[in-house]
Order: sequence, then C-alpha cells, then structure tokens
Amino acid sequence: MPKTDVVVTGLGATTPLGGDVATTWSALLDGRSGISTLPEEWHDKLPVHFAGQIAQEPSEKLPRPRLRRLDRTQQFALIAAQEAWDHSGAPEVDPLRLGVVVSSGIGGILTILEQYDTFREKGWKRVSPFTVPMLMPNSPAAAVALEFTARAGAHAPVSACASSAEAIANAVDMIRAGRADIVIAGGTEAAIHPLNIASFASMRALSTRNDDPQGASRPWDSSRDGFVMGEGAGILVLESAEHAAARGAKVYAHVSGVGYTNDAHDIVMPDPEGAGQARAITQALTDADLKPSDIVHVNAHATSTPAGDVGETRAIRAALGDAADQVAVTSTKSMTGHLLGGAGAVESIATILALHEGLIPPTINITDLDPEVAVDIVRDKPRDMPSGDVAAINESFGFGGHNIALAFHRV
Amino acid sequence: MALSEQEILAGLGEIIEEIVGTEPSEVTPEKNFVDDLDIDSLSMVEIAVAAQDKFGVEIPDDQLKDLKTVQDVVNFIQK
Repeated sequence: MPKTDVVVTGLGATTPLGGDVATTWSALLDGRSGISTLPEEWHDKLPVHFAGQIAQEPSEKLPRPRLRRLDRTQQFALIAAQEAWDHSGAPEVDPLRLGVVVSSGIGGILTILEQYDTFREKGWKRVSPFTVPMLMPNSPAAAVALEFTARAGAHAPVSACASSAEAIANAVDMIRAGRADIVIAGGTEAAIHPLNIASFASMRALSTRNDDPQGASRPWDSSRDGFVMGEGAGILVLESAEHAAARGAKVYAHVSGVGYTNDAHDIVMPDPEGAGQARAITQALTDADLKPSDIVHVNAHATSTPAGDVGETRAIRAALGDAADQVAVTSTKSMTGHLLGGAGAVESIATILALHEGLIPPTINITDLDPEVAVDIVRDKPRDMPSGDVAAINESFGFGGHNIALAFHRV
Repeated sequence: MALSEQEILAGLGEIIEEIVGTEPSEVTPEKNFVDDLDIDSLSMVEIAVAAQDKFGVEIPDDQLKDLKTVQDVVNFIQK
C-alpha cells in the first residue's frame, strides 16, 4: 500500500532571532547572531555569560493571567503554534481528526526551580496550584491540544536535543497510520537558568567564549569550544496531502521520509564513526523513496562542540556516498544557538524554507574550517539552491544516542 | 478594625484581576465564581491564598469549597 503523502501547510516559530518565522528567516539569511549577554547577576556564578535568549518575550503576546499558569516552554509553544495555525489558514477540521505532537527536551524546569525557591522561602501554601500541569513534560503538547481542541491524541516524545525532530517524525507516522488528518507538531525549550548552564558547563559542553558571545557558536571552526544554549520553539502544521488539497491549502514541502536510530554507544558522546547517524539518513531516504543524488542540502545538527561536528559530516558522507559532493551543508545553530528540544523543529522550518525559497542560510563564524570536515559547508552568506525536483535533510541528535533524520521534498 | 464590604470587594477585584484577568468591575457580590466568572478550582486556591495575604484571614480548604459567590467570600472575611 502506498504511504500517505504528508505535507507542510503552516510554520510558526519564536527564537533568539525573532518572534516569528519571517523575522527568524530573514535574520538567518542575513547571517545575524541571536546570542547575547546574560544579566549581570549571573556572571560571578557561572563560567558562561551568554545565551540565545528569546527575541520577543511571551508577555508581548500573551496576557498576564495566562502567563501565570503556563510554563515558559508552554508559552513559546502556544505562540509558535498560533502562528503556524494562522499560517496554514486556520483550517476547519474535525477535532477528532486533529492531533498534536509537541516535545520539550527537558520539560518545565524553570517552573520546578522557581517553585522550589518559593517552597523554601514561603512554604507549601505559596507553591502555585498550577505547578504540576506546568512542569510536566507533556505540558506544551497538552496546552496546544487544549488551545486548538485537538482530540485525536497529544504526544510528547522526549529524546533530549532530538525531541522536536522526533515529534515531527511521530506526527508523520500519526497521519500515515490514519489517526489524524492534521497534526500540529514541533518542540519548545525554555531552560536558560543558572543551574542548567552550570550543569551543561560542568560536563564541559558549553562554549566559554565570554569575550565574543556572538562568535561563540562556530560549528566546524577549528577553535569551536562548545555549544551555546538557546531557547524558543518551532511548530509545523502537517497534513495529509489529500486533506490539504481538498481545502486548497498552500503547501510548503512534503515530509517524505523519517529515520530513527540509536547509537547505544555512550550516554552523551556520539559514536565517532557516526554509524547511527548515517543509518538514520539512509532510513529517511528509503522511507521517502529518494536517492542520495536527490539530496542537495542538509541542515546539520552541528552544535559547535569539538566532539560532534566533524563526526556528523563523516556520517553524511557515509550515508550519501559520492552524492555528498553535491550537498550544501549548513548549521543554523551558528546564529540561533542550540534550542535543545526546540532545535529540530526550528531547523526543520529553516530546511523547508530553504527548499521553498531556493536559498540556503549560511553557517557564520567559521574563520578557520576544521580540516577534518568531510562535506561542503555554506559559509558567511546564503547560497542558491538548485531548482527543480530536489530534497533536503534535517538532522537532529540527542544525549542518549538518539538520531533523527527528516527528509523534506520540494513541492 | 473590620473592613467594609466595599474595601473587601475592591481587594477581591484586584486579586481576581491579577490571577485570572477579570475586570474588577465584573466582580460584584452576586457573581458565582464558577458559573459567572469562569474561575476553576485551582485558581480558587490561588485566590484564597492571595486573600489571606491581603486581608489576614485564612480560608481553610474545607470551607473554601462552600464559598460559591463573591458575597460568600466577603461574608467569610467580615466574619
């Protein structure tokens, strides 16, 4: 039986580069960094003084009483979901045929930490009665389901920094399984807090380039020294092609294939050979019925860590073979920082827009390309994408060995 | 010194605006929290705690559930 064709009909985002997709996309093409210095009072406590802080605070879009009872992950998810929903034309859909798959890598950790402070300072009665529905990792998915009356199921796959890519993959599966006609899918993260920065810093995963925050996220540069924490959300409206056509919806791309693998190599370090990553790409291609030569672009996971970036390029080459020579690879994390559970969705949006607009955003901050890099990197300025029937891949990996590849095919 | 009904109403109006966003002018004595003001049980818990801070009157859980209208709360605080 042929697979159900799944298409993208709406995009929404709130990121360190902008409060919506249009401003984020134009900043990506401009090669602008969204990284900024953290408040002064954090500095003496932390070895890292900067992060990719959201460009537009949720308080500019949501009223105060709503903000009080939503974790920041939920706030970001709702803002991005509303944009994606409006962008898709706010479709008329049977609530029983509308699903949600929205992830967070960490969950409502700011709520946990803030409410614990409240508990210690003021006692249990001052702990918000909304603490539990704010901190639970399914809270963004549940908030989106409630907002859009989605009753086909609401899911929140958790796989660290691969979470929102996995959410998109699960959404494709959900539509293919016939469980929904439309799925609101993506991910969100809001974890910029001294404890979280200390935790990532203690594993030596973060850049400490405090004298140059905007140059700190530098995937594939020889002097890269770790990732830059970011926050934000990306949400896509996915739909069966049949449903989209019936309502005359504008289609931005096909989500034609998904690949899931696990390294089972180490709890945090990627397999240096990239075998699991390569298998994810190969699976996505097979699932999409695409050949390596159909792929012209990869939006890489590359977070600017010494361990990860180069191995990923080897995995791309292993999966695509000689066809890897024609592939333009970029890491938009050089501008957004690493949105953790929001990364895969925001980067999928960048991949989809690259196909749709025919322009690949650059990787910024590479002054000395690591000689071990095994693929062609788009540097400094955007590059035209070949016209015609081509496809692109977004890769996302997470602590725990999770590898997700998503194949998007031009309309 | 006991607070007047007007003072309590004004204080409740501020609390309810802060917690659920309702206009203070909507918070009138006959209003039912659930049916008229669309306030759920978790928000009522927040309102009770805030009322305790503002008026210095503790509303125990077993009595909170019997406070259905704004007037009920005013009476409880005055008592």
